Amino acid sequence: MGVGGAPLSVDPEVRSPPTWSGDRKEVVSAGEGQEQERGRATPLTAPPSRQLAAMDTRQRQRQQQVVARAGAAFRSGRSRPLGFRLRQLRALERLVTEKEAEIAAALQADLHKSQCNAYSYEILGVLAEIALALDKLPTWVAPQSVPKNIMTLTDEVYIHREPLGVVLVIGAWNYPFVLVMQPLIGAIAAGNAVVIKPSEISENTAKLLAELIPQYIDKDLYPVINGGVMETTELLKERFDHIFYTGSSQVGKIVMEAAAKHLTPVTLELGGKSPCYIDKDCNLDIACRRVAWGKYLNCGQTCIAPDYILCDQSIQNKVVENIKKTLKEFHGEDIKKSPDYERIANKHHFKRLVTLLEGQKIAYGGETDEATCFIAPTILTDVSPESKIMKEEIFGPLLPIVTIKSADEAIEFINQREKPLALYLFSNDKKLIKRMISETSSGGVTANDVIMHYTLPDLPFGGVGNSGMGNYHGRHSFETFSHRRSCLIKSLMMESVNKIRYPPNSQRKLDWAKFFFLKRFNKGRLGLIALALLGAILAAVIKVAYS
Amino acid sequence: MDTKGDIPGKAPTGSDIGKMDSKAAGMNPYVGLVSSLRAAWLTGKTRAAEHRVSQLEALRRFLDEKKQPILDAMASDMRKPPFEVELSEIVLVKNEVNYALNNLSSWMKDEFVEKNLVTQLDTAFIRKEPYGVVLIIGAWNYPLNLILVPLVGAIAAGNCVIIKPSEICSSTEKILAETLPSYLDNDCLAVVTGGPAETTQLLENKFDYIFFTGSPQVGKIVMAAAAKHLTPLTLELGGKNPCYVADESDLQNVANRLVWGRCFNAGQTCIAPDYVLCSAETQEKLLPALRQAITQFFGPEPRESPDFARIISDKQFQRIRALLGSGRVAIGGQTDERERYIAPTVLADVQPSEPAMQEEIFGPVLPIITVPNVDEAIAFINRRERPLAMYVFASDSKLVHRVLEQTSSGGFGANDTMMQTTLISLPFGGIGNSGLGSYHSKFSFDTFSHHRACLLRSLGLETVNALRYPPYSERKMGLVTSAFEIKRKGTCTLL
Repeated sequence: MGVGGAPLSVDPEVRSPPTWSGDRKEVVSAGEGQEQERGRATPLTAPPSRQLAAMDTRQRQRQQQVVARAGAAFRSGRSRPLGFRLRQLRALERLVTEKEAEIAAALQADLHKSQCNAYSYEILGVLAEIALALDKLPTWVAPQSVPKNIMTLTDEVYIHREPLGVVLVIGAWNYPFVLVMQPLIGAIAAGNAVVIKPSEISENTAKLLAELIPQYIDKDLYPVINGGVMETTELLKERFDHIFYTGSSQVGKIVMEAAAKHLTPVTLELGGKSPCYIDKDCNLDIACRRVAWGKYLNCGQTCIAPDYILCDQSIQNKVVENIKKTLKEFHGEDIKKSPDYERIANKHHFKRLVTLLEGQKIAYGGETDEATCFIAPTILTDVSPESKIMKEEIFGPLLPIVTIKSADEAIEFINQREKPLALYLFSNDKKLIKRMISETSSGGVTANDVIMHYTLPDLPFGGVGNSGMGNYHGRHSFETFSHRRSCLIKSLMMESVNKIRYPPNSQRKLDWAKFFFLKRFNKGRLGLIALALLGAILAAVIKVAYS
Repeated sequence: MDTKGDIPGKAPTGSDIGKMDSKAAGMNPYVGLVSSLRAAWLTGKTRAAEHRVSQLEALRRFLDEKKQPILDAMASDMRKPPFEVELSEIVLVKNEVNYALNNLSSWMKDEFVEKNLVTQLDTAFIRKEPYGVVLIIGAWNYPLNLILVPLVGAIAAGNCVIIKPSEICSSTEKILAETLPSYLDNDCLAVVTGGPAETTQLLENKFDYIFFTGSPQVGKIVMAAAAKHLTPLTLELGGKNPCYVADESDLQNVANRLVWGRCFNAGQTCIAPDYVLCSAETQEKLLPALRQAITQFFGPEPRESPDFARIISDKQFQRIRALLGSGRVAIGGQTDERERYIAPTVLADVQPSEPAMQEEIFGPVLPIITVPNVDEAIAFINRRERPLAMYVFASDSKLVHRVLEQTSSGGFGANDTMMQTTLISLPFGGIGNSGLGSYHSKFSFDTFSHHRACLLRSLGLETVNALRYPPYSERKMGLVTSAFEIKRKGTCTLL
């Protein structure tokens, strides 16, 4: 993928260009790109290489100007004061509360999200994040004092959190609102300018964000840029001070490679196959209800959804029965009519999911309707680890069950694969849960439930290995978008103490220097005063010794 | 830390790496090594606290027992004065080891976090888990420190490690390759030696974390290689560190601290003050003070001083010598190619367009650029890449804080140079062109640890959970809201 000047699709590893902004499902060829907007006319009609040529100079310049304006606004310093950041966050809160209906409507149009789902999983998370930032920001921005050594006893030593500069946030289509807004909140809280690039696949939400955001918060500091592959490719040539990307691992690599050209730090929120282990020793009724909820939420298009189940052969049928029962509880007899069940984002993903069903034993579900991008909640049993569905993140309402013989085999199975974004464990045996956590790796873990670790803002949310790098939510977002600047403020006095480190050198000086550098003090105020006195006496002694 | 081209990985440009790819396809010489370390990692033995402690203690024994060979090696590599070696390469590393040993058990503890209403009865914590197999690439200017300090963090965090010392300091490289392994568990630690070609091939392998110290240019190559495997990384790079001297400062103390920072390791320090910004009047007063400091530190003939190091290589020597034509030589300026000696030098009235201001100097040469006032100085600094460190000398603390607030840099020191990095409680790292990520003590431990979010629930209380399950209703929504939502202070709720 030709980010950075080269024509597209040069890299032999990526033959066709990916869709940007969080198309989690690997690459979409240009032809399929046309279909992805559910039959609407889209600008993505030419093959990307021609599109790139077609992106006229004026359009490119306009994009460059937007980034340059954000940079100039940042350099003006107005995004830094705490009061300003709080005002912008309050404005963002107003945006959400005043335009709730519009946002829900856009989500409904993009993903068939019911109002309640839109509220619970998109709007609520944003409001909670803003409320937390408004509450805690004054303490987050305060300089953090740290312990000193004797050498710096009388000095000011602290860590100062400063904004990074102009941040690029690239959102994804599966939760098109929250995945743009949550990083935006962190970046504003940390005092940055933010260029926002929503996913072009969830076009209604993208359009709405571009319309609403400038109405509520600073236009120059927080511009929204909409566009597809070519716009994003161009955008990534610009120099940013941080890039926050949510999407697929494959595109994540391209983003990071583009970032490397400018030494820009990145946060990559990617996906992966999150395993769900169900132990024989657990309440299957409850476990399956929780799994069914998390798996089929947003029609399976959730990065932290349980991707597949690992369980013993002997409970496989019970798992199927319990999930079946739960689905009827959730959605009634005719799932297609349930207002609470979403649709697949576009035809491309629909087709991809249908091919994953080929050759599998369907224990439940399996109905599809291409016209409405409907795929019923589906359970597949006795799935071979070698089959296609076990080679890629499913990102749809298909739940394969792979049987294993023991917890140890499950651990091995998990460790043989890429590190997932989440790991789910169901068991009554607390020791087993602790052991499984210790012997595996994943972005996050929830035991005896799914998804829920995501809802705690004090827990960092992010992947590891193929599922991403860096993390966010709550204070972790603020830290992600801040530079921790080490500050040592000395006085120009006490030169006699300094002399021990100046040449000409001697063994005696070295011994003093070791004493000063090696000792650390982290005592109370009284101790510090005592030590300051000690330091002054030492200074006098040394002065006598070396003057 | 800018190491100006002599460091591994520099020579191959993007296209070289491309060639290397195809040539080495299927025959990368490090595949076996990396997979043997991965196998050791998968046994889980590096995760145990006892293993980490034993390795750290072994590292400390290495520093104690091999002190003399280390001093000798550095003397032969770059005539580093023993005082500087002990301070910067041994004491600071030992500090890290001891601090890690003292604090390891508390660092390793799960960090419990606040919960919301829904998860009140559950356990929520952040687990610090090792990444796996880590690669540490060192630089030549502090050939031991820049390998061992990150190594302490990587071991403390429970990783397997491959270290790649700089090949430029051949004597120190030899100690690290031949002596260090006899102290440590060789299943979990390997040393790779070699130059750019070897480093390029090494980087084709998948690591779980890469820690690189070197120049921004090589940093970009390392990051592009890391991107292919989605490997997170820390880049410790360099930059031109500005030093603003205000008019009313006590100039002799300023000069002492400046000369010390600039001449330590003959200026080959990533956090050394690179250039001075001050008014023309201050420059006039500062010059005699600088001369006095240099004479006091190194005597009338610095070449004879045992406390002044040499330039690492001919290439570096020539590069630095070429910078001496900028401005006018106010102090020093003598060079001797045979022993790669460059005298402590001050260049006055340097223009921003001259060679000395186009690259990181990385030698004992201090240019002074005159600016009319502090606002000009701030503007001057902000027009350039963000430096690794920034220094201000001023007795007015308001002025100090103003410069701090209005600029950006990796670290910040007021009224002294380099000392901020000796504090184990401060993170060390750059921003922008001077790098990404940070380390030292707990920050190293955190750098080499994945922060895994863990939530342990029970299978009970299903009625509470039922709120979030479909079919949805307005009433459910209200309850879900009150359970998850974070209320603003002042909007009191029952719980």
